[in-house]
Amino acid sequence: MSSETKQILTTDGIPLEVSLKKAEKKNKIKAFLLVAPLLLFLVITYVFPIGEMFSRSIDDKMITNMLPKTFKEMEKWDGKELPPEEVFAGFYYDYKALVEKQEHGKLGQRLNKEKNGFNSTTKRLFRNIKRKKIDESISIKEQMVKVHPNWNKVEYWQAIKRTAPPYTLAKYLKGMDMYYAPDGSVAQVDEDRRIHRILWLRTLEIAFFVTLFCFLMGYPIAHLLATLPMKYSNLLMICVLLPFWTSLLVRTASWMILLQQQGIVNDFFVMIGLVADDSRPEMMYNKVGTYVAMTQILLPFMVLPLYSVMKTISPSLMRAGKSLGGTPFVAFWKVYFPLTIPGIGAGCLLVFILAIGYYITPALVGGASGTLISNQIAFHMKQTLDWSFASAMGLMLLSGVLVIYWIYNKLVGVDNIKLG
Amino acid sequence: MALPSYTETRYRIWHYIYLSICTFVFFFLIAPLFVIFPLSFNAEEFLVFSEGMKNLDPDAFSLRWYKDMIYGTKNPWGLAAKNSFIIAIFATIGSIILGTLAALGLSSRHMPYKGIIMATLISPMIVPLIISGVAIFFFMAKVGLAATHTGIVLAHIILGTPFVVITVTATLSGFDHSVTRAAASLGSNPVNTFMKITLPLILPGVISGGLFAFVTSFDEVVVVLFLAGLENTTIPVQMWTGLREQLSPTILAVATCLIILSTLILVTAELLRRRSERLRGINR
Repeated sequence: MSSETKQILTTDGIPLEVSLKKAEKKNKIKAFLLVAPLLLFLVITYVFPIGEMFSRSIDDKMITNMLPKTFKEMEKWDGKELPPEEVFAGFYYDYKALVEKQEHGKLGQRLNKEKNGFNSTTKRLFRNIKRKKIDESISIKEQMVKVHPNWNKVEYWQAIKRTAPPYTLAKYLKGMDMYYAPDGSVAQVDEDRRIHRILWLRTLEIAFFVTLFCFLMGYPIAHLLATLPMKYSNLLMICVLLPFWTSLLVRTASWMILLQQQGIVNDFFVMIGLVADDSRPEMMYNKVGTYVAMTQILLPFMVLPLYSVMKTISPSLMRAGKSLGGTPFVAFWKVYFPLTIPGIGAGCLLVFILAIGYYITPALVGGASGTLISNQIAFHMKQTLDWSFASAMGLMLLSGVLVIYWIYNKLVGVDNIKLG
Repeated sequence: MALPSYTETRYRIWHYIYLSICTFVFFFLIAPLFVIFPLSFNAEEFLVFSEGMKNLDPDAFSLRWYKDMIYGTKNPWGLAAKNSFIIAIFATIGSIILGTLAALGLSSRHMPYKGIIMATLISPMIVPLIISGVAIFFFMAKVGLAATHTGIVLAHIILGTPFVVITVTATLSGFDHSVTRAAASLGSNPVNTFMKITLPLILPGVISGGLFAFVTSFDEVVVVLFLAGLENTTIPVQMWTGLREQLSPTILAVATCLIILSTLILVTAELLRRRSERLRGINR
């Protein structure tokens, strides 16, 4: 406390405090070194690539590199009236260079996405360049306007100017069914073409209801498992754990067999007279199939956290509640249920997180009306090869999941995840 | 769960409703798995119970789909099974080594930034597989490991380590650190202490984490779909293709084998869990 207090020294003559700090630091480094290999591995192979997805999703450098002279000249142009001769010339020389490299087609397509009609406009310029019809010694502006009247329209030049920045949020807007209008503002796509918004809503809807169904079905059996004597509960636990350990594809396959039109579930409905034999309902390749299969597949993830919480609740609490005059329902609602809330939170968040990114099951049993946003991402990765759009949608999904993960971490703590 | 004799009728009724709900849910969980089993012995090509099967006619059952699975012409299952096992085994070994080391570090009370590091290490389990698939694909394509076994093994190590980290940290939470100090004070070096003292005690956790990693790799299809070429096909990928194109009974034969495998893994995991609980009970 005061400076007169004699410092305690270790046998080496170093003050104890310093020595302890040194040891502490050494231990810290030791602990960190144990974690380092995995952390480094994950950062290189996983965290960085996710970051790369981001740069890929906003990347728009292609056109910036294609039209260097144009964009340089455009810096001086105010963008309100038709650009001056220099901009025309810049574009002409850029385009000529592209024609020599045979990359003009890509430019046309890219510009056409920005403004319809660009493809034909540039193609006509291409033909004139090929036939060497453009005289570079006189005004290029006048000649280009003669080639195609679109070059005389300011909207087309504005569209080119919009592509100048090397980064764009267009893919994110597309993911929300929006786009950059010609004047640069954000606009909505036509109502009948808003497919992505439907998918987002459907993903949320399915994840929400699957979570709800899992909760409604998981709560009673978790309670039963937690209150039964060990020898029975261990046996019943197998019913939860066996599906948990079984291949996802096997479980999906079994649902495909059960839910098909000639399948057992339909047979049963016919047998009990619920539906007529010739009007068996379609239960697969739609939302019903997705709901049923996903609920069964994700149910163990709800039961296990609930069970581990319920097991710690002493049965005497319920008895106390009842002996103090509560009916069983009141005792359950006022005593037991509040104690299980941590388990409910853990189970629901886990199921919701897993459901929101589900891919395999919806793709197999979901049909067109039961697919989720993940299926759209896979579609763009594998079919259209629009990887930047797939990245953008993936990151939009990821940001949602990370928010839930963060809440989960705050409420439950990731180190409290229980497995089996 | 016998009710006391003084229970009122309405609570008695409610109790039976509750039990029947539970029965239904257990049935819902487990029954789908048992549909596959008889149908895989179907003598016919259709995936419905034939009249003969309903009457238990022995001619309606056959091993034809199992034969097809093993001997069938140009069947992919042999190669797929080989690849699946190779990839899963290497991925498990990698996950166990990296995951156990990390868990040892994380369980130390000196570990700095524990929360954020733990969250990062667990994240591959939480991030939707499709996103992991896209990210890992970009990485593997860049370093030239797409469509190689190595690439898939590395990808599965990423996905498998969180399970090892979680199970081993859980085992270490009941670990009495004075035993390692005792070993050190008796002159053992850290490596020796780890091999002789720590590892045997946390082994149940390590193995059960390893089982999770194995199953994760063995069952993983989304990332493999992005990464695999024709040469690297695995059982789940073949099942995925089969289920998309045509649901053939051969798939059910494969599925039955997989259910048997998962039953074995479940039994092992359960035995390990009980052993680990016993061990930790002694430590307390």
